Amino acid sequence: MATAEEVAKAAERRDVRDRWLLSAPALLVIFLAATGPLLIVLVYSFLTPGSYGDVKWQFSPEAWIAVFLERDIFDDTLSIAAAHVTIFLRSIKLSVVTTIATLALGFPTAYFMATRSEKTRDLWLFLITIPFWTNLLIRTFAVLQIIRNEGIINTILLKLGIISAPIQILYTDTAILIGMAYVYLPLMVLPIYASMEKLDFRLVEAGYDLYATRFQVLRRIIFPLVKPGVIAGSILVFIPALGAYVTPSVLGGGKNMMLSNLIELQFGQGRNWPLGSALSIAVMIIVMVALLAYVRNAGKSGVRHG
Amino acid sequence: MPDKPDRNAIEVVNVSKIFGSGEGQVAALDTVSVSIRENEFFTLLGPSGCGKTTLLRLIAGFDFPTAGEILLYGQDIAPLPPFKRPVNTVFQSYALFPHMTVADNIGFGLEMLGKPKAEIKARVAEMLKLVKMEALAGRRTSQISGGQQQRVALARALAPQPKVLLLDEPLSALDYKLRKEMQIELKRLQHETGITFIFVTHDQEEALTMSDRIAVMSSGKILQVGSPWDIYDKPAERFVADFIGETNFLTAAISGIGNGKARATLKSGTTIEATVAEGFQPKGNATVVVRPEHAKLTNSKGDLSGTVENVVYFGTDTHIHVQLDSGEDFTVRQQNTRSAGCGFERGDKVGILIGNDAAQVLKD
Repeated sequence: MATAEEVAKAAERRDVRDRWLLSAPALLVIFLAATGPLLIVLVYSFLTPGSYGDVKWQFSPEAWIAVFLERDIFDDTLSIAAAHVTIFLRSIKLSVVTTIATLALGFPTAYFMATRSEKTRDLWLFLITIPFWTNLLIRTFAVLQIIRNEGIINTILLKLGIISAPIQILYTDTAILIGMAYVYLPLMVLPIYASMEKLDFRLVEAGYDLYATRFQVLRRIIFPLVKPGVIAGSILVFIPALGAYVTPSVLGGGKNMMLSNLIELQFGQGRNWPLGSALSIAVMIIVMVALLAYVRNAGKSGVRHG
Repeated sequence: MPDKPDRNAIEVVNVSKIFGSGEGQVAALDTVSVSIRENEFFTLLGPSGCGKTTLLRLIAGFDFPTAGEILLYGQDIAPLPPFKRPVNTVFQSYALFPHMTVADNIGFGLEMLGKPKAEIKARVAEMLKLVKMEALAGRRTSQISGGQQQRVALARALAPQPKVLLLDEPLSALDYKLRKEMQIELKRLQHETGITFIFVTHDQEEALTMSDRIAVMSSGKILQVGSPWDIYDKPAERFVADFIGETNFLTAAISGIGNGKARATLKSGTTIEATVAEGFQPKGNATVVVRPEHAKLTNSKGDLSGTVENVVYFGTDTHIHVQLDSGEDFTVRQQNTRSAGCGFERGDKVGILIGNDAAQVLKD
C-alpha cells in the first residue's frame, strides 16, 4: 500500500520528468543554434591553422597570443600587434560614440513621441519602424549616396558656395559613425519610448510645483525614471555596433576596419580560423565586461539616499 | 471667523480659460472672480467638470488663463511658470517621486530652492514630525500605505512654506474612516502652519465640515461664495440648494418684500415668511426651499398637507417622504429616539409645519 506521502512523491517525480520532456525541443534548439556553435568556436581558437583554411586538430595557444601580440618571424620575440590594437580601439571608440550619438538623438525623440496624444503616438511609432522594412545593405547604400563626394550634402554645400571642394566624408570613421547612428537609432528610441510612455507626467508637474526648473526636472525626475529604457537602448545599440560588419565595409571602404572585418579576414583571405575564433571570443568578452560595468554603474548612480 | 485678517492671499480677477479652438472650443472657466483671504481654509466645491480643478491649476501655474489676472498678495502671477510661484500643490494622485525616499520627497522642494543641507535636514525632520511619519523617513514611497502617502504628499507641499497650499481632491482615494481622520488632520495642519489652504472637492459634506468659506461652482462659473452656514441655509440659486444637502423645492407666489424677508404663498394656500437674498426682487412665482430638518410632521393640519409615501430609517434620523396634496414631493427629517419609532406610517394623512425662518426664496 502506497502512503499518501509516497503518492505525492511519485506525482512530483512525474511532474519533473514531464517538465524536462516538454522543454527538450526548446533546449535542443538552443544548444544546436547557440551554445553548440559557440563551443566549436571556443575549441577552434585553441587549435592550429590548416594550410588552406580549416584547422589541424593539434592544441596551440598561438591564436590567443596573436590576438594582441605579434611574433617576430626571425627571432620569435613578442611585440604588441599594433594593427589589432588599433582596430580594437577604433571599434570600441566608434561603438561608444554611436551609443552616445543615438542616445543624444533618441532621448528627445522618445520624449517627443511619449508626450503626443495617444493617437498620434501610434503614428510616430509606426514611422520609427519604417527603416526596418528595408534591408540593412540598402539603407547603408542610401547613406553612402548622401555623404559621398558627389552626394546630396556635398552638392548642396558646393552649389551654395559654402565650400569650394567636396568634403571627404566617405571612407572615414565619420562615415562609419553616421551610418551606424542612422541604422541603430530606432533600437535606442524604442526602449526609451517604452519607458517614457509609462512615465506618470503628473510627477513632472509635481517637480515644477516644487521649484524644479525644466533641466532639474529632466535630470532629477524624468531621467531616473526612464533609465531602464536608456540602459536597454544603450545595450541594444552598443552590442551590434561593436560587431557591425556591413556598415564599416561599405562606408569605411575596407580601409577603416572594425572587428567584424578583421574576423572575416581571418576566416577568408587570412586562412587563420583559430585566430578568427579567438578574436570572436575576445569580442564577446569585451561586450560582457562592458555590459557588467555599465549596468553596475548605472544601477548605482540611479538611487540616491538622503 | 471673526479674528481673520482681511488681507487677500489670492485674488482671481475675471479669469477665463478656454480649451481647444474653433468649433470644439470649451470654456472651462467663464469670467470667474473670487478673493481668498489670508489664513483661510477656502473650498472650491462643485461636480466634476465644473472648472474647480482648472481654477486650481491656473493658480498653481500648470495652465495659463485665456483672460484675466491672478494676484498673489497683489502681484500678478498668471504669466509665471509653476516653479516661480510660492504656491505648492497636494495632488489627487499624490504624485510622490517613486525613486526617492520619504525624506527625499519632502526635502525636494527645499533642495530645488537651493537651501543649505543642514536647513533642509532640520526642516524635513520637522515636517516628518508634523505629519507623524518619523519612523518611515527612509522608506521608498511605494512601500507605504495610501494614508501614509497622503501624509508625505502634505509634508512635501508644506516643507517649502508656501504662501498658499493647493489641495486637489486629496482625500478622494482614501476609505471612509481614513478620510474622516485626514479631514481632522488637515484642519489641524492648517491651524498649526497658518498657511492659506485652497481645497478642491466634489464632496459637499467634506466642504461643509472643513471650510471657513466655500465657493460653489457649476459649468465654469462661481455661483455663490460664503461660509458653510451661508451656503447651506441661504442658498442663492437652485443649483446650490440642490447640490448641497437635501432640500425641498416648493413653488410660491411672492409678495411684500422688505428687510430681506418676503411673504410666500404656497400652493396649499398657506402663507409663510421666507428669506430673500440681498438686492433680489422676485416677481410673481418663485421657488422656495425648505431643508428637511427644518420642517415637522404633525397629525393635525399644518402649513402643508399630504400623504406619507415612504419612511426610511437612517440610524440617527428618519426620512419621511410625503406626497403633498398639491402634487409636489416633500421630505421631512426627524431625529430618532431610542424609545419609540417615528410615529408615522406609509399611507398616513399628515400635516407639515414649516419652522420660523426655515424658508429661502431662490433666484432662478
